Amino acid sequence: MKRSLFLSLLGLPLWLAAGLAMALAIGQPVEFDNEAQKRQYDTLVRELRCTVCQSETIHESNAELAADMRRRVYDMTLAGHDADAIIEFMVQRYGDYVRYRPPLQANTWLLWASPFLLMFGGALVWWRIVVGRRGMAERPDFTEQERAVLERLRHDA
Amino acid sequence: MKLRLLLPLLATLALLGLLFVGLGMNSRDLPSPLVGKPAPAFALEALEDAERLITEQDFIGEVALVNVWATWCSTCRSEKPLLMELAAGGIPIHAFNYRDERDAALRYLGVSGNPYRTIAYDPRGDAGIDWGVYATPETYVLDAEGVIRYKRIGPLSRQLLLDEVLPLVEKLRAEQLRAEKLREAKGVAQS
Amino acid sequence: MVAELGNFALILALCLALAQSVLPLVGAQLGNARLMRTGRFLATGQFVFLSLSLAVLTWAFVVDDFTVRYVASHSSLTQPLIYKVTAVWGGHEGSLLLWVFTLGAWGAAVAYFSQSLPREMLARVLAVLGMVCVGFIAFTIFTSNPFERIVPGPMNGRGMNPLLQDPGMILHPPLLYMGYVGMAVVFAFAMAALLGGRLDAAWARWSRPWTTVAWVFLTLGIAVGSWWAYYELGWGGWWFWDPVENASFLPWLTATALIHSLAVTEKRGGFKVWTLMLAIITFALTILGAFIVRSGVITSVHAFATDPERGVFILGMLTLTLLGSLTVYAWRAPRVGLGGAFAWYSRESLLLANNVLLTVACTAVFIGTLYPLALDAFGLGKISVGPPYFDAVFAPVMLPLLLLVGLGPSVMWKQASPGETFRQLRWVLAVSVVAGGLWPLTVGAWRPMTALSLMLATWIVLTALLDMHKRMGSARQPLAARLRKVMRPSFLGMHLAHVGLALIVVAIAMVNTYEVERDVRLQPGQSASAAGFDFTLLRMETVRGPNWDADQAVVEVQRNGRLVATLLPQRRYYDTHAEMPMNQASLHRAPTRDVYVSLGERLVGDAWSFRLYYKPYMFWMWSGAILLSLGGLLAACDKRYRLARNRVVRPQRRPEATTARPQEVAG
Repeated sequence: MKRSLFLSLLGLPLWLAAGLAMALAIGQPVEFDNEAQKRQYDTLVRELRCTVCQSETIHESNAELAADMRRRVYDMTLAGHDADAIIEFMVQRYGDYVRYRPPLQANTWLLWASPFLLMFGGALVWWRIVVGRRGMAERPDFTEQERAVLERLRHDA
Repeated sequence: MKLRLLLPLLATLALLGLLFVGLGMNSRDLPSPLVGKPAPAFALEALEDAERLITEQDFIGEVALVNVWATWCSTCRSEKPLLMELAAGGIPIHAFNYRDERDAALRYLGVSGNPYRTIAYDPRGDAGIDWGVYATPETYVLDAEGVIRYKRIGPLSRQLLLDEVLPLVEKLRAEQLRAEKLREAKGVAQS
Repeated sequence: MVAELGNFALILALCLALAQSVLPLVGAQLGNARLMRTGRFLATGQFVFLSLSLAVLTWAFVVDDFTVRYVASHSSLTQPLIYKVTAVWGGHEGSLLLWVFTLGAWGAAVAYFSQSLPREMLARVLAVLGMVCVGFIAFTIFTSNPFERIVPGPMNGRGMNPLLQDPGMILHPPLLYMGYVGMAVVFAFAMAALLGGRLDAAWARWSRPWTTVAWVFLTLGIAVGSWWAYYELGWGGWWFWDPVENASFLPWLTATALIHSLAVTEKRGGFKVWTLMLAIITFALTILGAFIVRSGVITSVHAFATDPERGVFILGMLTLTLLGSLTVYAWRAPRVGLGGAFAWYSRESLLLANNVLLTVACTAVFIGTLYPLALDAFGLGKISVGPPYFDAVFAPVMLPLLLLVGLGPSVMWKQASPGETFRQLRWVLAVSVVAGGLWPLTVGAWRPMTALSLMLATWIVLTALLDMHKRMGSARQPLAARLRKVMRPSFLGMHLAHVGLALIVVAIAMVNTYEVERDVRLQPGQSASAAGFDFTLLRMETVRGPNWDADQAVVEVQRNGRLVATLLPQRRYYDTHAEMPMNQASLHRAPTRDVYVSLGERLVGDAWSFRLYYKPYMFWMWSGAILLSLGGLLAACDKRYRLARNRVVRPQRRPEATTARPQEVAG
């Protein structure tokens, strides 16, 4: 919802056909047979994207499509499908675009590897700089000329 | 030293290039992974007759369009004249009446004409999810075998029909014809 | 006619900005004092005209001048006065005018407060700021003019989006823009240093307070935005890793790195080239943010009619900024010397690690934000990168940083000994591990990540306290004298900010692990419970506000039979946007938890749906953000910045007793 807040703040038009509504998505409360089902539902609705919204999960969105998708996640959960099957169902219809946690595959390995590469690169840079600075001969803090100026200032004061 | 200066420059240029390409991109092109897959199964009441059940089999048999529409959707209203023309031209159009009210939909069709051959009534958007519908209007092209060959998210336009939809329909019909001939030939050979 | 006056003032401001970007610079190159002095007058004049322009737009809103297109689409007759005024920045065009006004305000502030800067330096700073102003004012006038008319004007306006009719709207955009735009000043100082070839401890001392103040505004802006989303929208969320949010978070990360690297530049003359680079990157990231938000490249999957012209314009500005500044950088930076030597274990090396980690965090968020765009551009598929990814990636980078936050201040410059640090801090370490390890048990089940975060937060607070205690010195001295030693603004400011960060860490760890969210269906008289609190719906009412009607629920919250609060969540229907009902959540705060109710839809009969939240330690998030900003503010107020300014008359190489060797840079 916050994104629509920022976007409306910036006067960006939204796709009206999607049944835009600003209200919170609180519909009929859902009941589950057991804790595991509830956990699965709670996780999934926070990881699936409302495909017609401005970057919102289906948990947050009040768009009708998001409500449909929530209902489908709920029905499938109750029917005993596991999380992977439900995600697979959504991906078959809406593509990887529907997953807020991108899958690890050919076009995303760089995305998932980047934090590790960055950390590694960062550590390397740190090490190189530290070694470089340590190896630097200790130079006097001031040149002779500067010492003279310093002396003069001290006398003036 | 040279490399250290060159690297930021290259990164910068790459970023700027990417953003520029991004600006020119049509970000409306949402993915339609169902293209190339068989029409998903569903079972819904017919719009005209609550007793009659419609399934994906009712959409399959010849090259056809499937249009997702609703009376509350103004873009659907504005693309409807095009659909009327297509229907008059002999292209079968099936439809999902999406998240709508039966009476309103029937009244609307009664007043402004009905281009659809079969209309499945989908008040809760159940088939919508199965068919990967984002929002109305959307239009699919099915081949004779019931495989989704094309999907348009958003309204049709004359240009789009001329450039993409009609040539595809022609091509699919030709394929269908070839396939039938092949089957006939096989049949002849067997008998 | 008034609106045309605003437009005219804007054009005059553009002319002054053009002059400001040229004259002082030429003056500084030629050593012409008169030309250099023009910078100050031009900056002041520009500020006056920009204020006039903003005032005119505000006036158009106040008197309901619907012949101005922007007013007609963002205000209505019944909109309360305060929201007529805030509607000035309620849309793209007006918010851009606020942006340039803020830019003008920073320029005038620099002209006014930095009079004791060497005049060449001041002239160059103002000239660079002038160039930035030219870009943004031209952007406003040519692509997004808020003074455009429609004739005849409508009888009533369309009204501002109800989402924005909220007190958060008064503070959030101005604060955020002050922070965003303040980075232009930081950038101007860096460019002036490069152009003039003067880059020493004194330069760091001049630009440090500006950087810190801009960072404070950015921090506050982000915090207020987060707070607004938290209570107004009733999502209970406070951060969503949305591209638009990331756009403001990226420069915050680099600005935080910059503050720390400036400390090394000032105290030890080190990290100079890197400091300059960070200043450039930070400013470029603010422009990139404007691009992301206003061009619609990333957020606009469904925006049918964004104007590509705007995107092209901002991209042009970004290109000029980056190529221009990198060219100057490439030309000048190699002449900037290295700082003093330091050992692998010293405050410098730890601050370097801080910078590396912040940069890594920033780059990771940057990649996550732009990756989908890049894939799409190469036709490799459409994917989404959202909170699950960022959460997974960001936390591991932050945890070592938190360890450093506690460690850094207790380690000496140049060379320190790990054994000595361990001897000093082993008790703090032990207490942190125990306290942080037990703390989660007071709220719920024990989780390793939560415990680790709480240990680190405790560690930060305890090391800060210990450091202050150490600074107070021997107990034989009178207390007043000992307190005075701690009350050094920059010292106290640093520790306040670090403690603020620790509070935020506590809040995040607690709320992410132990929050409870429950959807329930209630009829009047019915109760539901969540996290040990009982929520009873007493009755439903209808309420009328200045420009809305609302359904209001009266919900009594009890714990163990004792009344905690009576909450009044609403569902509002604004006159101008009745089809778009708004949730007004109602919450009760306590030091260690918020309870919070949002009203949903009406179900069958007189039953309504509600969402109940229990949010542990949320209060610490906002207190932490306030401490963070307060710390920055204190640090910026340190006397030595003002003294330094007064003492500097000529830009000579001036040895400073407290600093390492001043650098010799060709002028």
